[in-house]
Amino acid sequence: MFETLTEKLNDVFRKLSGRGRISEENVRESMRDVQTALLEADVNYKVVQKFCDDVVAKAAGTEVIKSLHPGQLMVKIVHDELASLMGPVDTRIYFVSPPPTIIMMAGLQGSGKTTTCGKLAMYIQKQGRRPLLVACDLQRPAAVDQLAIVAGQAGCPCFRVEGQTNPVRVARMGVQHAVENACDVVIVDTAGRLHIDEEMMRQAQDIAEAVKPHQIYLVCDAMTGQDAVNSAREFNERLELDGVILTKFDSDARGGAALSVKAVTGKPIKFIGVGEKLDRLEEFHADRMAGRILGMGDVVSLVEKAQQQFDAEEAAKLQEKMAKGKFTLDDFLAQMRQMQKMGPLKEILKMIPGLGSQLDTVPISGDEIMRMEAIIQSMTAKERQNPDIIEASRRRRIARGCGAAVEDVSGLIKSFNQVAGMMKQMAGMGMRDRMNFAKQVGQMGAMGMMPRKVKNRSHRLSRKERLERKHKRRK
Amino acid sequence: MGFLGKAIAKLAEGLSKTKQKLLGGLKTLLVGRKLDQELMDELEAKLIEADFGVATARQTVADLQAAYKEKRIEKSEDVLPFLKDELKKYWPEADRTVHFAPSGPTVVLVAGINGCGKTTSVAKLAWFFRQQGKKVVLGACDTFRAAAVEQLAVWSGRVGADIIKGSGSDPGSVAFDACDAAVARKADVLLVDTAGRLHTQDNLMRELTKIRNVTAKKIPGAPHEVLLVLDATTGQNAINQAKAFTAATNVTGIMLAKLDGMAKGGIVVAIRNEVNLPVKFIGIGEKYQDIEPFDPEQFVEALFA
Repeated sequence: MFETLTEKLNDVFRKLSGRGRISEENVRESMRDVQTALLEADVNYKVVQKFCDDVVAKAAGTEVIKSLHPGQLMVKIVHDELASLMGPVDTRIYFVSPPPTIIMMAGLQGSGKTTTCGKLAMYIQKQGRRPLLVACDLQRPAAVDQLAIVAGQAGCPCFRVEGQTNPVRVARMGVQHAVENACDVVIVDTAGRLHIDEEMMRQAQDIAEAVKPHQIYLVCDAMTGQDAVNSAREFNERLELDGVILTKFDSDARGGAALSVKAVTGKPIKFIGVGEKLDRLEEFHADRMAGRILGMGDVVSLVEKAQQQFDAEEAAKLQEKMAKGKFTLDDFLAQMRQMQKMGPLKEILKMIPGLGSQLDTVPISGDEIMRMEAIIQSMTAKERQNPDIIEASRRRRIARGCGAAVEDVSGLIKSFNQVAGMMKQMAGMGMRDRMNFAKQVGQMGAMGMMPRKVKNRSHRLSRKERLERKHKRRK
Repeated sequence: MGFLGKAIAKLAEGLSKTKQKLLGGLKTLLVGRKLDQELMDELEAKLIEADFGVATARQTVADLQAAYKEKRIEKSEDVLPFLKDELKKYWPEADRTVHFAPSGPTVVLVAGINGCGKTTSVAKLAWFFRQQGKKVVLGACDTFRAAAVEQLAVWSGRVGADIIKGSGSDPGSVAFDACDAAVARKADVLLVDTAGRLHTQDNLMRELTKIRNVTAKKIPGAPHEVLLVLDATTGQNAINQAKAFTAATNVTGIMLAKLDGMAKGGIVVAIRNEVNLPVKFIGIGEKYQDIEPFDPEQFVEALFA
C-alpha cells in the first residue's frame, strides 16, 4: 500500500529538486499536488487541508526557499509532518494487576474484528499470557462458531454461551470465567455495528459499562473512504477508545484512513493487520510508515521481519559456508525459500531504501522464485554443489528439464555468482560494514542482483521453432 | 405500492445522513451565490467528501462550468437540478437488469474482498429471487474463512433455499457439485458464494477465475451474472477492486452493500466512469429483506433531495 502515493510525492519532489531554488509559490504549487495525492489516498478532506497548511507554514518558517537543497528539506518536512500526524505510537499493551486485563473490540461490520481477535490473542500469547476469547457477537449468524475456530487456531480457549442472546450478560460471564480459569487476559469480540445505529451503539456502551474494559480498540478497515472520520469519531465519543487497529493493510489501499482516524480521534493506531493468517499482526510505526509513504524505505521493519522468520541455526550454518566461500546453489535455493517466508517478494523489496519507486518498472511476482526453484531442481546434485561445471550442453539439458529458455538458466547462474561473490565479501565484515554494504547495494540499484524475469513458456520448443529462433538471431 | 413505498422510505432513511451532510452543505452553499471559482472549489470539496474521488469530482465540476459557459444554467439554484440530471444519465436501465439464462439454472457468482458483506448479500439475493417465485440453490464456496459455511447454512434455512456444501477445501469442487445439484434439482437460480479475497492476491484471484471456469464448463453460458459486492464505505480503493475483479472474472455488476450507514456510495459514480460497471443491487440493512434493485432516480434523488 501507499506506493501510489509515494510515486506521486516522488514526482512532486523530483520537480522541486530539479529547480535550484524554489519560491514560496513553488511550495504552494507542489502542495497542491500533495493535496491531490492525499485525497486520492482517501485521507479526509479536512485533514488534508490542515496537513497542507501546516506543511506550508513549516516550510516558510524554516526558510526552505533559501536553503541549498529545498527539495530534500521539503521531503523532510512532509515526512516529519506525516509522522507526527500518525504518531506517536505506544504499541505496548498494559496488563493490569490483579488480572484479568480486559480488552474490548468494536467496529463496523466487516472491518475484521473476529479475525483480529484471533491475531491479538496470538500476539498476547507470545508474551507468555493466557488470553480468553469471549464471543459477544450474537448478531451475525455463525459468528460465535467463527470465533471458536479462530481461538482453536490461535490455541487459546473461547468462552461461549449457547442460546444466550444478551451480549452484555455473555461479556460479564466471560470475565467471571476468566477469573475462575486463570486466564489473565480477556478479549471481548463484539458484533459489527453502524455508528449511526443508536440501539446498537447503546448496547456497545452497555457492554463496556458491564465489564469495564481496560483497553477498547476500534477495528477499522484500511480501505475506508472519507467516512472513516465519522465512524471513528462516533465510536470514540461513545466508547473512549484506547487505540485503533487497522486491517487489510496488505491490499493496495493507500490507507488514508490511517492519517484521518488519528487526526480526528487523537487515538493512536496500535496495530496493523497484514494478512489473513493469524500471525499477520504488526505493530504500527508512524515514522516508518511516513518513510514508506515517501519511498525512503523501511530497513528497521525488514530486519525485524528477517529476525522473526530466519532460523537461527540455519543462519549460523550459512554464515560458516559464506566464510569459507562454499556457497552452493542448494544454499541459494534455501535462502530464497526463507525469503519467501518473510512475505511476498515485492513487499520485502519495497522496504529497501531507494527501491520503492523503481519497483514498478521491474515486473516481480512470487512466480520468479518458483521458476528459479524449477531450474535449480532440474540440475544434478553435482551441478548444484559446483555450478562452475555447467557448460552449454548442461544448460540446454537443464532448460529442457524445466521448460525454461537457455538464457534463463544462464541468467540464474549469473545472479547466483553475483550473490555468492557478495556473500564472500560480506562474510568478512562486521555488522556495521554489512549495513553500509547493503545500503550501497541498494543505491547502485540492487536490481542487478535480482534475477531477471524468467520468460514464461508453456511448452518445450519444437525442433522447427528452435531452428526458426536460431535463424532470427543470425539475421 | 406499499412495498415500494417502504423501500423508498428505507433508502431515503439510509441516505438521509448523506443528504444532510451533502445537502446541509450544498443548499446553504448554493443559495443566492454567484457561480464563481470559489463556489466551484467548495462544490468540488463537497463531492470529494461524498467519496466521488478527486478525478470524478473535478470532472463533474468541469461539466458544470461548461454548462454555465454555454448558458444552460444561469443561477446557483440551477446547480442541483443540473447535477441530478447528469448523474441520472450514468445508469441507463438496460444494464441494471439481471440477465437470466434462457433455460436451465441462472448462475450468479458473488465475489468481493474480505468483510464487504458477500455472504449476507448472497442471502439477500436468495430472498430476492425467492420472492419472484424462483427455486434457489446456494453454493457454499467460501471454504477458507472459519464458519463461513455455517453462516450461509443459517441464512439458507431462513430464506428457504437449498445449500450445497463441499467436503473438501477446494472451492472449485464445491462449485462443481453445486452446478450438478442445481441442474438435478431443476433450480432456477444458483448463487455461488465465494471466499473474501483481496484483489492484490494473485493466487486467490486465479482461484476465482477457476471457480468461474468450473461453472462455465458445467452449465452453458454460466456465470450469467458476476456480482462484485462493494462496501459502500470503501474509498477510492474500490476502483482498484473493480478493475482487478473484472480482470479475473468479467464482473457484470455491483451490489453496493451497507448503504444504510452514513455511506455516501459516491464511489459508484467514479467506478462507472473508470471501469464502466453498473450497479444492480443495493443492501440497506442487516436483515435478508434489506435488498433493493438499484434505482438511480432514487439514489440521486435521495442523495440530493
